[in-house]
Amino acid sequence: MTQVNLSKGQGVDVGNLVQEDKVHKDLYSDPHIFEAEMDRIFTKTWVWVAHESEIPDVGSYKTSFVGNHPVIVSRDRKKNIHVLLNRCRHRGATVCEKKHGTTRAFTCPYHGWGYSLDGELRALPKPEEYEGLFDKKDLPLQSLRTESYRGLIFATFNNDIEPLEDFLGGAKKWIDLFMKQSGGFPLKVLGDHRFRFEGNWKIQLENTTDAYHFPIVHKSFISSLDDQTSDIFDFLDGAGYVEDLGNGHSVMVMIPELVDLEANLDEPIPNRFKELAEELAKEGLSDMEVRRLVRAATGSGFNLNLFPNLACSMAFFRVLRPVSVNETEIHHIAIGGEGAPAAFNQKRIRLHEHFQGPMGFGTPDDSEGWERVQRGSVAGKDGWILVNRGMGKLIKREDGNVAGAVCSETGMRAAYRKYKKMMTANEAE
Amino acid sequence: MTSNNTVPANVIDFINLEADLLDHKSYEDWLQLWTDDGLYIVPVDTQETDFANTVNFAYDDAEMRRLRTARLSGGESVSSVALDKTVRSVSRFRLLEETETSVRVRCAMTLNEVRAGRLLTYPGDVEFELVKDAQGLRIRKKVVRLLHAGSHLATVAFIF
Repeated sequence: MTQVNLSKGQGVDVGNLVQEDKVHKDLYSDPHIFEAEMDRIFTKTWVWVAHESEIPDVGSYKTSFVGNHPVIVSRDRKKNIHVLLNRCRHRGATVCEKKHGTTRAFTCPYHGWGYSLDGELRALPKPEEYEGLFDKKDLPLQSLRTESYRGLIFATFNNDIEPLEDFLGGAKKWIDLFMKQSGGFPLKVLGDHRFRFEGNWKIQLENTTDAYHFPIVHKSFISSLDDQTSDIFDFLDGAGYVEDLGNGHSVMVMIPELVDLEANLDEPIPNRFKELAEELAKEGLSDMEVRRLVRAATGSGFNLNLFPNLACSMAFFRVLRPVSVNETEIHHIAIGGEGAPAAFNQKRIRLHEHFQGPMGFGTPDDSEGWERVQRGSVAGKDGWILVNRGMGKLIKREDGNVAGAVCSETGMRAAYRKYKKMMTANEAE
Repeated sequence: MTSNNTVPANVIDFINLEADLLDHKSYEDWLQLWTDDGLYIVPVDTQETDFANTVNFAYDDAEMRRLRTARLSGGESVSSVALDKTVRSVSRFRLLEETETSVRVRCAMTLNEVRAGRLLTYPGDVEFELVKDAQGLRIRKKVVRLLHAGSHLATVAFIF
């Protein structure tokens, strides 16, 4: 048995708890490990906070989180994007509580300190009592380092970290492919489903590259599909794979023929999209335009898992936020095309509602499975979670990355390798 | 506004019946309460009025209602199997509009369930658009605006 002293204040050693083929159950349930994760992972790496379409105009903002730190993602008067700690520099109150909106300034409701869209402290009531104590320019809302790739906005507390594009590395080509699903229009967030489950965040992280569960957990979803579509979702024996993209990222290709949504546009239109195709044709779109939109409406045939908190998952963004060791919030963000025909975006929204969210035909059963893991994994004095599936049959893909079968646990091992590296960094300190 | 709020007794009876059918998972009977073009909607944004073009928790036409009830009762969904039952009450009825062929009513709903040993409560406003036909009343539209729709919900393995 692995003995680890986890008592508070004595540090957390997870080195022995994460092995290549298994991880210790304490990773799901030990609050000290959770605290260490918030520090060693979520304040040390790039964390996704928003898509640029969520803050389209001058003055647009969205509230979000970097780990357990509340932040505001804002667009200033020059259209620059900022990620600001949502904490007044006076007494620490949040200065904004709405999900999103448009404003000219953020004003603390407690004592009225006012901050501009870039975080600068502009005004405060009765400033004379601060004379000689500080200069307003020294107390802006704390700004995090912020970079974007293809509209995905990430922020980090770590000023020494590599540039975002280097961090994404091998995942960039998959992000590029994923962005094709807005059918040639700029990709736009259309809304989201928010739900919570009583379980550790890594259970969700693992799930995004877990094809093994799909035909079991989602049997009722598959039963709700037409025969042609349920055949497409019967992918465990197909040519799909899970590829380790480095840095904790991985991609699970479930439906290889839907990797590139701009290829094979001359293929027959699936039955479930015939109505959409007819509607688009009636609007005067050319045959090729119709085919491009219909293919984009299906969503990508893969899940891209970006460590630690974002997935570009078939047709939506999945964002996780660790709340506590046994509580996680998930956002399933629907996406479509800015200025695309209404019928196209409507179809994408209806498909999103079909599977996602607390009333979807898929998410509730996932959530049930995850909560069972949280409740069951505590059993016994010692115990391991297996992540070794497919380890004996690894291959190399064309990019030189290791890959396993579509229902292998290659993606989980990729994430845990990065996890271990981050959790054991600077142990000598 | 007028203080007149005489909600027809058969409308209240009908809404109580619908609540009872759902609590007792009598889904086949529940499906019969609807018009063919009826829509069952649970919006994410309770202020929203353009449901077709926005993300909802549920936006069910006749086909999706049939699929949803099949999923909840088919035994293949582990979250649905885990649910024992719900108990809801509907009250505070208000007549919004009545014509010879239709009636719009709003009421309060409180639904309770036990999930993983814990009691969960879902309060909300429910708006019905009912049509009067030869068989009596039928639902053309039901919109459930949950009080906490804007926060993080847990698994919903039932119909509001």
